[in-house]
Amino acid sequence: MATLVLEQMLNGLQFGLMLFLLAAGLTLVFGIMDMINLAHGSLYMLGAYLVASIAAASGSFWVGLGGGVLATAALGALLEVSVLRRLYQRDHLAQVLGTFALLLMANEVVRMLWGSQPLQLNPPPALAGPVELWPGFVYPAFRLFIIGVGLAVALALYLLVTQTRVGMQVRAGASNREMALAMGTNVRRLFTALFALGAALCAVAGGMLGPLLAVQVGMGESILILAFVVIVIGGIGSIRGALLGALLVGVVDTAGRTLIPLLFGQLMGPAAAANAGPAVASILIYVLMAAVLFWKPRGLFPAH
Amino acid sequence: MTVPTRLAALALFASGALAAAPALAADTVKVGLLSTLSGPGSGLGIDIRDGFQLAMKHNGGKLGNLPAEVVVVDDQQSPDAAKQTAERLIKRERVDFLTGIVFSNIMLAVGPTVFQSKTFYLSANAGPSQYAGAQCNPYFFSVSYQNDNMHEAVGKTVGDKGFKKVALLAPNYPAGKDALAGFKRYYKGEIVQEVYTPLSQLDYGAELSNLRASGADAVYIFLPGGLGINFIKQFVGAGLSKDMTLFGPGFSADEDVIRAVGEPMLGMFNSSQWGHDLDNAANKRFVADFQKEYGRLPTLYAAQGYDAAQLMSAAVRDTKGKLGDKEAVRKALKAARFDSVRGSFKFNSNQFPVQDYYLRVIGKDAQGRITNKTLSPVFKAHGDAYAAQCKMPA
Repeated sequence: MATLVLEQMLNGLQFGLMLFLLAAGLTLVFGIMDMINLAHGSLYMLGAYLVASIAAASGSFWVGLGGGVLATAALGALLEVSVLRRLYQRDHLAQVLGTFALLLMANEVVRMLWGSQPLQLNPPPALAGPVELWPGFVYPAFRLFIIGVGLAVALALYLLVTQTRVGMQVRAGASNREMALAMGTNVRRLFTALFALGAALCAVAGGMLGPLLAVQVGMGESILILAFVVIVIGGIGSIRGALLGALLVGVVDTAGRTLIPLLFGQLMGPAAAANAGPAVASILIYVLMAAVLFWKPRGLFPAH
Repeated sequence: MTVPTRLAALALFASGALAAAPALAADTVKVGLLSTLSGPGSGLGIDIRDGFQLAMKHNGGKLGNLPAEVVVVDDQQSPDAAKQTAERLIKRERVDFLTGIVFSNIMLAVGPTVFQSKTFYLSANAGPSQYAGAQCNPYFFSVSYQNDNMHEAVGKTVGDKGFKKVALLAPNYPAGKDALAGFKRYYKGEIVQEVYTPLSQLDYGAELSNLRASGADAVYIFLPGGLGINFIKQFVGAGLSKDMTLFGPGFSADEDVIRAVGEPMLGMFNSSQWGHDLDNAANKRFVADFQKEYGRLPTLYAAQGYDAAQLMSAAVRDTKGKLGDKEAVRKALKAARFDSVRGSFKFNSNQFPVQDYYLRVIGKDAQGRITNKTLSPVFKAHGDAYAAQCKMPA
């Protein structure tokens, strides 16, 4: 039982850290630029496609990951300079409509370029098998690697935001945008860089999750909803909140999928549990969000 | 162009069109092939389509003696989209036959529209228990199987091989429920876990951890297409293949899954009503030409698509093209006078197949390819458990 709980905690951690990569970019853009970007999930999709294609062409997962992340960051910067910059001054409705159009276009472009069949992305052979962490405890190497990457990125982001000059400007922007502008922050360049960073994080998540899920059209939408749940729980604009919210969502989702069918099985027999269990498990994170909004309407760690 | 000549041209065109229309309707057969051609389930739909088109090619573009037109449409694996498209195919395209649906939830959504319009549906895959039992319909023919069948065959095999504790995993949709019901009908040992996951779920991390803790000695999965590919990769990645034996129906171990997963599939037992190595003339021609045409081995979906086209062709031939006489068409379909690639094939009283189900195992063939090898039949001339509940006029 103890190993099962530990293994499920690791699963939750792995899922949560990947959500964090997506939520981090989203929360910064939302908190600092006051911009709702529905096309964030499309960057995740494009990142996954680029990683998968470059990996297939070069024969190496690592080349694919590196190339895909750089290409997606460039694409993000290009998108910011060409389109999104014009939306900052508009109201939220215009932003939602504009970025929703981008999302639809991204899906169609991907369908045209890559076709509607999912791409296969395999983990590197060295990480394809299981590892024995200690006698009797086996865990898939690739999931462990994902956890490592997620923690490393979280740490790097933390250092970037708290220890560097750029980070100081970002934090200033998140707490009071007008004041940061008045103090002479080069907002244009900062925003472009921030957006490219968000896009790169999306591509990292896409490359990591590609081998576990499927690289397919529309993969961005379902995970974007979860990323929004994460930043609402964590508090908009806060990296710390995004990390905590992501881990909470990851662990609650995994625990729900494990425990609820078990619990229901005890209470009302296997047939009813088979019907109700999966349904209840899938709404659990939304219940969590509702609860957080009820007691802490501005999220757990509001930035403002 | 002057006004009078323009009018004359228009009149000529109109008369030509009017004259041509009734002749066309009497001389051709129109088939709607509505299948899943995008997303994780697309491999299945594409194989049905390719199998169907190969049969058309073998028949020189004809069904029976009539030239045929096949309208291929993607259902996007969405019941709503499929329902709308089916309506369009029936009302606007006026198809004579419909076929192609992969997933049972989509079949159940589309069924009422099709039956109401009295269009014959020949299923090249989905065989939901509902349409085999109480809701059976004169306009529904399954050229594939009843959903429970393959799972019954594996259930019997797992029991016969002496496994005592089995964990079951299937997606939470009608065919998933049918699958595990079928397995349990013939497996009498202990079931330590019975898990249903959403049909859209592709990451099985949590389920695999539970599986490890369950102490099962065998695990049975019904995960079609991309779901199965992901599960088996993650199952091997988690190191579970050393602790428990993996079983599946033919869907989870056919050529599409083998192509994507490769070596880790070696030794996996599965069941099917068909195998590419079955020894009959129709099958040899089908398999050889499928490889020549598409450069890959056919799956059971392709075989079902091929057989659906051949059954349609036989019905058009036997009714001499009088497709308006629904009773005659139904009788011709029921007689099933075609050479199935699976060998013996006939229809039960509920218009579902009575056929053999084989055990297959994945191994390396003489050319070193990883592929399925057909072993002995598990059931001979096997029907389904729901036929008795079907009250259909003969």
